[in-house]
Amino acid sequence: MSDAALDIDRPDEEVEDISYLRAGHSLGSWFLTTDHKRIAILYLVSITFFFLIGGVAAALIRLDLLTPAGDLMTNEGYNRAFSLHGIIMVWFFLIPSIPNTIGNFIIPLMIGARDLAFPRLNLLSWYIYIVAGFITLAVVLGGGVDTGWTFYTPLSTMYANGMVVATVVAVFISGFSTILTGINFIVTIHKLRAPGMTWSRLPLFIWSHYAVSIIFVLATPVLAITLILVAAERLFGIGVFDPALGGDPLLFQHLFWFYSHPAVYIMVLPAMGVISELITSAAHKRIFGYWFVAIASIAIAVIGFLVWGHHMFVSGQSIYASAFFSFLSIAVAVPSAIKVYNWTATLYKGDIMIDAPLLFAMGFIGLFVAGGLTGLMLAMLAIDVHVHDTYFVVAHFHYIMVGGTVTAFFGALHYWWPKITGRLYNETLARIAAVVILVGFNLTFFPQFMLGYEGMPRRYHVYPPEFQLLQVFSSAGAALLAVGYAMPTFYLLWSLRRGPRAPANPWGATGLEWTTSSPPPKHNFTQQPVVVRGPYYYPLEHPASRANA
Amino acid sequence: MPEQRALHEPFHQPARQREADRLGMIVFLASEAMLFGGLFAAAMALRLLHPVEYVAASGHLKLWLGTANTAILLTSSLMAAVAVEAARSGSPRLAGWSLGSAIILALLFLGIKGYEYLGEYREGLVPGLANAHFGTRTQQLFMNFYFVSTGLHGVHVMVGIGLLGVSALSRAAREDRAAVLIGNAALYWHLVDIIWLFLYPTLYLPGVS
Ligand code: HEM
Ligand SMILES: [Cu+2]
Repeated sequence: MSDAALDIDRPDEEVEDISYLRAGHSLGSWFLTTDHKRIAILYLVSITFFFLIGGVAAALIRLDLLTPAGDLMTNEGYNRAFSLHGIIMVWFFLIPSIPNTIGNFIIPLMIGARDLAFPRLNLLSWYIYIVAGFITLAVVLGGGVDTGWTFYTPLSTMYANGMVVATVVAVFISGFSTILTGINFIVTIHKLRAPGMTWSRLPLFIWSHYAVSIIFVLATPVLAITLILVAAERLFGIGVFDPALGGDPLLFQHLFWFYSHPAVYIMVLPAMGVISELITSAAHKRIFGYWFVAIASIAIAVIGFLVWGHHMFVSGQSIYASAFFSFLSIAVAVPSAIKVYNWTATLYKGDIMIDAPLLFAMGFIGLFVAGGLTGLMLAMLAIDVHVHDTYFVVAHFHYIMVGGTVTAFFGALHYWWPKITGRLYNETLARIAAVVILVGFNLTFFPQFMLGYEGMPRRYHVYPPEFQLLQVFSSAGAALLAVGYAMPTFYLLWSLRRGPRAPANPWGATGLEWTTSSPPPKHNFTQQPVVVRGPYYYPLEHPASRANA
Repeated sequence: MPEQRALHEPFHQPARQREADRLGMIVFLASEAMLFGGLFAAAMALRLLHPVEYVAASGHLKLWLGTANTAILLTSSLMAAVAVEAARSGSPRLAGWSLGSAIILALLFLGIKGYEYLGEYREGLVPGLANAHFGTRTQQLFMNFYFVSTGLHGVHVMVGIGLLGVSALSRAAREDRAAVLIGNAALYWHLVDIIWLFLYPTLYLPGVS
């Protein structure tokens, strides 16, 4: 523990007490800020915007699927709708969602730092993201792209219509924003922990962001080079995938999934970190098995790099490779399962407070388990051969990415909202929204498991009439889900004006972020915090559970 | 103290800030290594798919130009390392001269690379151009890969020249006994060098018979 820990700071330092929200009101004070808290807000507004655009595309898809005939959009239009939906949701909403908003805001507060290690780099990440976002919007306005979010060759390099190169460039650029964020988080966690904040005292939110940063830094560049190769092939005809020259399109799939499977963990690891915080805070208990949960994050990050071939079982890879990938894919579920057991065990005999954050957290656990178990089914070669490229896969990853991560994102937003804004929202409305989201979600995506199992292929908008009933259920669920997602926009915004002022620690939670005022002062802490004990130290914990914690 | 002057938020101590800068650069370089890692995976796939033709295509590259460039880049890297040691031992002038020669060698590398490209253009080995003609399909595939990979490496050389140039021109950087800027620029430069050390055997050496 040579690094953080026991450095002596400049205690005599003068720090003003003014909240970060009041420190400057000009446009420049926002758009040129290097304060991680303000940058988090910039990100929050931007990703919400992209969530909306991606949501509109989803609404179009669900509307078109109401009837077996493809009557709302042309075939081409439908292809473009689901491609844009996937591209925007993955790279412009979900990947930056928790890390760049909640993580950006909370990480320095949790470890007792004044900011991230490289504040200007942090602002640069946001600008890079915005440039990439504008290119994506230009693509939307310019007619879109029809390759799907996976850009498979030779479709993307030779046959696809639309603005493939611009889209690829946008995703490529957004990757730099991700890499810079990863570097910033890793260095911050290594070098800016408060005195006494040893690795074994780090909140689990920090561990999962550390793990995700490793993936940010090591997986994103592989996507970058893959996209460079696609763009070079499409633009200049200098391709290495081109089958006409004896190139190998399968090579593209290997490179793409080498990035994209770790990328699914990019999307879920931060959510797991959120859940650890929400569960301990609601149960008023220490996490059950701290080290298991912490190391599980790292294990997921590492093993996640070795399972990409489970996306290619039917692409013509060798049967030995498939068996190997099948085995490792089953292995990667173990650390995820450990986390689920530990969260559940933490709730056991807890002094539970059923507020909106806990409802979201419980929703996460249930939906993540459903998504993870169906993932295991897909990892079995014999099953996947039948359900690959069906709605079963669509349901699987939506259970994890939407049911899991988006739910956790809303949970995090509710949990830290009082800290971020200094206001309390209407708890009743929040609980209703949580329930509406959970019901809407299951109504939308459970029927898709059934559809897929019965053979409905993904990415088609014309389908046999016997599937219509389930499709209508799914579309109805999507409408309900949209209502659920819209509700927080209203009562959260309302709380900004009318909500009661939040105390420093409304949940009675542990963690350094709750020791500072709500909203925090510009420099986070008026006095350098010193950490003397591990995380989740709840003094009121039951004597019974204290014994085994 | 120049160190105090350079201290910026959120750090309280120069030593901690230095460590953070260095760690940031190392993590960034890990990311860069993965970028080229994808490229080397592609090269391996090409060679496994077409072992004989790959070797034949490689034989058309100018081995001696590639070899000369390898030596030049290694020497340039050495000069960057000398610059770091010079700054650490308090000889800003020597640091400046070493950086200068590292930059000149880097420019020489680019010059030779350009000359090599010109030769390939004359021989009709540049894909996509009107005069292009290849012995085999795999040769075109190989040349595609050659241009993408050396091109991307060339971009990194240019960035490196920029970084070395900034450190050479900044007086504060040369006088910094901790060699923060020079040290990080040199680190980047070593990575660019190492990538070439992998590109050279991947592209040029298979053709040696
Ligand atoms: C933890 C978060 C996870 C996320 C976000 C996720 C996401 C995804 C996505 C996006 C796809 C579809 C790719 C496509 O065809 O376009 C997919 C497919 C798949 N997932 Fe997951 N997954 C997760 C966890 C798991 C787990 C734990 C397993 C197995 C243990 C798993 C196994 C699979 C398999 C085998 C496929 C391929 C299905 C096919 O295309 O035939 N996933 N997943
Ligand atoms: Cu996967």
